[in-house]
Amino acid sequence: MRYPKMKWLAPVVGAIFIALMSGATAKDVELSFYYPVAVGGPITKIIDGYAAAFEKDNPGIKIKAIYAGTYQDTLVKALTAFKSGEPPDIAVLLSTDMFTLIDEDAVTPFDALLKTDVDKAWIKSFYPAFMENSRTGGETWGIPFQRSTVIMFWNKDAFKAAGLPDKAPDNWDELVADGSKLTKRDAAGNVSQWAIEIPSTGFPYWLFQGLTTANDVRLMNQAGTQTYFDKPAVIQALQFWVDLSRKYKIQPTGTIEWGTTPKDFFERKTAIMWTSTGNLTNVRKNAPFAFGVAMLPAHHGRGSATGGGNFYLFKKMTDEKRAAALKFVKWMTTPERAADWGIATGYIAVRPDAWETPAMKKYVADFPAAALARDQLKYSVAELSTHDNQRVTKALNDGIQAALTGAKTSEQAMKDAQQEAARILRTYK
Amino acid sequence: MHGLDRGAAKPPPYQYAAIAAVTHLARPNGTRFRMTAHIHGWLLLLPAAVLLVTFTHYPAVATIIDSFFSTPRGQQTAAFVGLDNYQAMLDDPVFWRALGNNIVYTASVVPLTVALALLMAIWINGKISGRPFLRMSFFTPTVLPMIAVANIWLFFYSPGYGLIDQVFGLFGFTTHNWLGNEHTALACLIVVAIWKDAGFFMIFYLAALQQMSPQLAEAAALEGASRWYFFRRVTFPLLAPTTLFVLINAIINSFRLIDHIVVMTRGGPDNTTALLLFYIYEVGFKFWDTAYAATLTVVLLALLAVLAIGQFVFLDRRIHYQ
Repeated sequence: MRYPKMKWLAPVVGAIFIALMSGATAKDVELSFYYPVAVGGPITKIIDGYAAAFEKDNPGIKIKAIYAGTYQDTLVKALTAFKSGEPPDIAVLLSTDMFTLIDEDAVTPFDALLKTDVDKAWIKSFYPAFMENSRTGGETWGIPFQRSTVIMFWNKDAFKAAGLPDKAPDNWDELVADGSKLTKRDAAGNVSQWAIEIPSTGFPYWLFQGLTTANDVRLMNQAGTQTYFDKPAVIQALQFWVDLSRKYKIQPTGTIEWGTTPKDFFERKTAIMWTSTGNLTNVRKNAPFAFGVAMLPAHHGRGSATGGGNFYLFKKMTDEKRAAALKFVKWMTTPERAADWGIATGYIAVRPDAWETPAMKKYVADFPAAALARDQLKYSVAELSTHDNQRVTKALNDGIQAALTGAKTSEQAMKDAQQEAARILRTYK
Repeated sequence: MHGLDRGAAKPPPYQYAAIAAVTHLARPNGTRFRMTAHIHGWLLLLPAAVLLVTFTHYPAVATIIDSFFSTPRGQQTAAFVGLDNYQAMLDDPVFWRALGNNIVYTASVVPLTVALALLMAIWINGKISGRPFLRMSFFTPTVLPMIAVANIWLFFYSPGYGLIDQVFGLFGFTTHNWLGNEHTALACLIVVAIWKDAGFFMIFYLAALQQMSPQLAEAAALEGASRWYFFRRVTFPLLAPTTLFVLINAIINSFRLIDHIVVMTRGGPDNTTALLLFYIYEVGFKFWDTAYAATLTVVLLALLAVLAIGQFVFLDRRIHYQ
């Protein structure tokens, strides 16, 4: 023996190998689950808890949660993995990525997997507003999980100080009238408090849908092959947004940063802000004054766009794996779990019966604002989503920003955006 | 004696080749030796070469090839489309916008960063009190990750309560929406990039300055040269190799670093802050149009190659190395 000291190594390696093998017995199904959050946050713990509880309820199935960063990062990772031949089994991705995932031939529709009546009832149990972004061409591609929408937050103290009643503006005219009283301007023209901020960086189209829906117009068709950006009602809605800054002078000019808007609200730089329901917990913790939440103001109609993430099942799974994945998605969206998830995170519980659970009833009694987003759902529409989604969305975003900064008129901006969108979508008709 | 004999027996030059040929044939050992030397050399280079080929050369070549094909989507495989992607690029207004922005950005960031770095280095090279503290504070922005820097500056720029507006407010200026205005947004990003990089390049200038012999300054002082004259005729020419190095790195950084754009403006408002690499990222990983992203990358590669060659060939000639 040249290396007598190494004799002990073989049995040790063997033992480790056997230990590793026995940890995952041959009949265990392991599902990889991409979830859009950075590692280590409180949400990671909740998801880990769900995965462990699911594994306990369903021996033989293992959930391998992979925390992949933002929605955008998660989509990049999931699609890259898919293209390299090792796709995730389950992923939570933006509902608006549906067409992108279909065009890449990366996901499987749920309908064909549902055999029993119970299963078929399950897929009908979600709010229809959420399903708008989850179905196309007669198939269901996504199951709503963490969904949100745009609502209006208002500073009750600021309203009182301006001599206004304790009530949020309910329509565009009231918004302008209240706004002129809420805006504090000194003799030199310096504004210390704006009436309203509707953020316009990153994804202005989502907030814009709160204006277009109120003006009773849709931005795209259900098939995701056509947009209506240059309809007069859309141009009118954009003009109203521009007018808030330039004509009524109750909103800062230029684009307004999404990320700093809540801070502006806490600092009393703005009396009203529009933002995601996802900010409820943030505002509840950090607002140093009494605040209210309200539905977005109406005009010819009312409502806002839904947003957030759906469950998707990726292709290239064995039948056994697919059955296990479906089991997991169903387990994650039971009324009790949906209620628990909504209470823990601030997302809207995705099915009506979740709001009838005792836990949710208690939560709403404590914090009535939580129910407002749900009540607005019946007026909600699908978030803008088409084929080649991000490119079409960018055309609209650029147009909105050009109008807000004054580089283009509202009409010109929307006509250009529509032309660009039509060019992008011409191959999908 | 032996040595002398050899000296005397030196053959005329034309016979060298013949002798070489004979010894070559007569001494197979020598050939083997040269072969093993070659193999050794290549083996030593192999790890570095493999890394270089896998991560630098292969991707670059693959990018150029991909730019002549269409983007594969779902069941559709990539098809050869010739110069279609390049034609589409020439017709793409956002590409021209991003290219124009990048030229403005580079043309402002590079000279200002280098000038500021030099200024800071000369200042803290002198004997002033609190020098370690100054050095540290100049270098701190370099230590911070760009993402963190961008998040800090995002709040500096926020209208009303942001640091910039508060300072301007002391002088009676009205509040300004710095990042939300199409005329100021790009300038705001330029300031961040300069703030971030100047300290890093200062280190190189500082190192070069400390290498410089103090006798030069003493001699110049004896001759009665002014400080500006000394800087212009002695210090700056001696720093030229450092300046070349710093210039190349500053230019590369101005095309390469886009983290602050992702955090602060995402290319907005209306593409006024979209730089080339940011647009490539958008096309590649948001639109999933990988072929078009490859086309844009080829342009970026060509641009950087031209700049680098230009600097090495033209500037290098005029630089005096010690």
